Amino acid sequence: MSRAFERRSTPRSGSGLELIDAVPVRHPWRWVGAALILLIVALAAQSMVTNPKFYWKTFQTYLFDVLVIQGVGWTLILTVTSMIIAIVLAILLAFMRQSDNPLFRYVSWVWVWFFRGTPVYTQLLFWGSIGALYPKIIVGVPFGPELLSWDTATVINATVAAIVGLGLNESAYLAEIFRAGLKSVDNGQMEAAEALGMRRGKVMWRIILPQAMRVIIPPTGNETIGMLKTTSLVLAVPFTLDLTFVTNALASRTFLPIPLLMVAAFWYLVITSVLMVGQFYIERHFGKGVDNVTMAPVKATAVVAAAHTKPPAQADGTTEGGK
Amino acid sequence: MTETTSPNTSRTLTDVKPLVEIQGVHKFFGEHHVLQGIDMTVKPGEVSVIIGPSGSGKSTLLRCINLLETISAGRIYVHNDLIGFREVDGKLHDLTTKQIAAQRREIGMVFQRFNLFPHKTALQNVIEAPTQVKHQSKSAAKLKALELLEMVGLSDRANFYPSQLSGGQQQRVAIARALAMEPELMLFDEPTSALDPELVGDVLEVMKKLAASGMTMIVVTHEIGFAREVGDTLTFMDAGVVVESGNPRDIIANPQHHRTQEFLSRVL
Repeated sequence: MSRAFERRSTPRSGSGLELIDAVPVRHPWRWVGAALILLIVALAAQSMVTNPKFYWKTFQTYLFDVLVIQGVGWTLILTVTSMIIAIVLAILLAFMRQSDNPLFRYVSWVWVWFFRGTPVYTQLLFWGSIGALYPKIIVGVPFGPELLSWDTATVINATVAAIVGLGLNESAYLAEIFRAGLKSVDNGQMEAAEALGMRRGKVMWRIILPQAMRVIIPPTGNETIGMLKTTSLVLAVPFTLDLTFVTNALASRTFLPIPLLMVAAFWYLVITSVLMVGQFYIERHFGKGVDNVTMAPVKATAVVAAAHTKPPAQADGTTEGGK
Repeated sequence: MTETTSPNTSRTLTDVKPLVEIQGVHKFFGEHHVLQGIDMTVKPGEVSVIIGPSGSGKSTLLRCINLLETISAGRIYVHNDLIGFREVDGKLHDLTTKQIAAQRREIGMVFQRFNLFPHKTALQNVIEAPTQVKHQSKSAAKLKALELLEMVGLSDRANFYPSQLSGGQQQRVAIARALAMEPELMLFDEPTSALDPELVGDVLEVMKKLAASGMTMIVVTHEIGFAREVGDTLTFMDAGVVVESGNPRDIIANPQHHRTQEFLSRVL
């Protein structure tokens, strides 16, 4: 298990053992390739710096503009909240799809069919104009007296409409990703957990889903980054505070679209990079026991407790089966 | 645990009520008639070994006892409890998932491919069901789990993930995991078939210990030596029927049926 690792880190000197120090295969063409790529990057950089039409001065002016920073904030809020709604719904939809209950299965199927089958732009337009369709939200006895009522426009304002629209649409795509993940877990896991007397819902939540997460996270990261860019469609609601809308507005005000496009691109890239770092840690968490066995914390307490009761078992079959 | 102080007491008792009663059980997979009328009883504390060629239905029978498969005809009783159904005026009603889960709690199962939860350590595997199903406190469950891991000789591996354990070690953790629910019956579905030959011994040793402690066990296996040494009864199944059943030493030394003779001559 850790033997190969030990050999590299602590070669036992003086044991008379001659460790192999092989000459690695040389790869001259890799150096040529790297040089070529550096040259292209340098040329591109030089052209961008020297070309006055990029208006780098304007870029600098607007990069940390209050409106732009607020736009970054709103874009982040839209992305994160709509993804949270989508993930919660997707887990629910995926569980429902695997359920014994046919009603759950059909509802889940129809949900995915509808929200995946209509354009997100159309859905956002719909949520934006729901106040016109249903001016009041009324709680009451069906076909009977009304108990409470609200103005739709105040409950579902532009922000809520944007988040709900993005979240519900995304939930349909994520549900399929989660379903694929759940299906990737070996059937024996379900059988073993059920044989222990665990109920299906609990098995799904505690045994199947944590293992499925290994498969679910990379495409979900993909979807999150996709969502970051999809938030620019909220002008359909209309929601006018997100990064794309703000930079477009500034561009038409200054008549300089290129530097403001660069501002938007810069911030999208920054957010994407931050999201990728987050994904790395989430992947590591759910890979425990499988992908990153050596990183797993092996707490010494139980080992010590065991050592008190009896001498450690002879080093039997520990060599095989390890990673 | 269900440990009794005097091992082997059951071997002499012939008048006790059976713990497991299998009556005329049939099972169809589509057109395929896998079990064709199985009758079998297992007394408390008895070690019942089932052997037979692959495809004989022995694993299916085991899975029916634990409701991983539903029987097509017949009855299975464990502790006088009809498995999988409720009988009202001669008509069978399906059990709810909750009732099925409750029945499974009394029956431990060990699988050919271990099926440990890979994202949980050995200790976490063992305490999962006691804490989640029986709602035991984590500390009480841990104490019990360490005891069980000690019993299977793995207390020093408590915080290892399954992927850090050998097949034999994983199977012993799986046995400890099943025992943690304090079942009155343990089912073993070819527990050593997926192991390297040199690791089989450790697992069989644990099973022997368990048998000596008075646990009722039904073991589907290819280990004829284990059957002879530990088994109280041996059942030979072929093509979905029980061909021969009785004292393991008698059957192995002197099989009556030609199919049993043929099978034993191939595996011995």
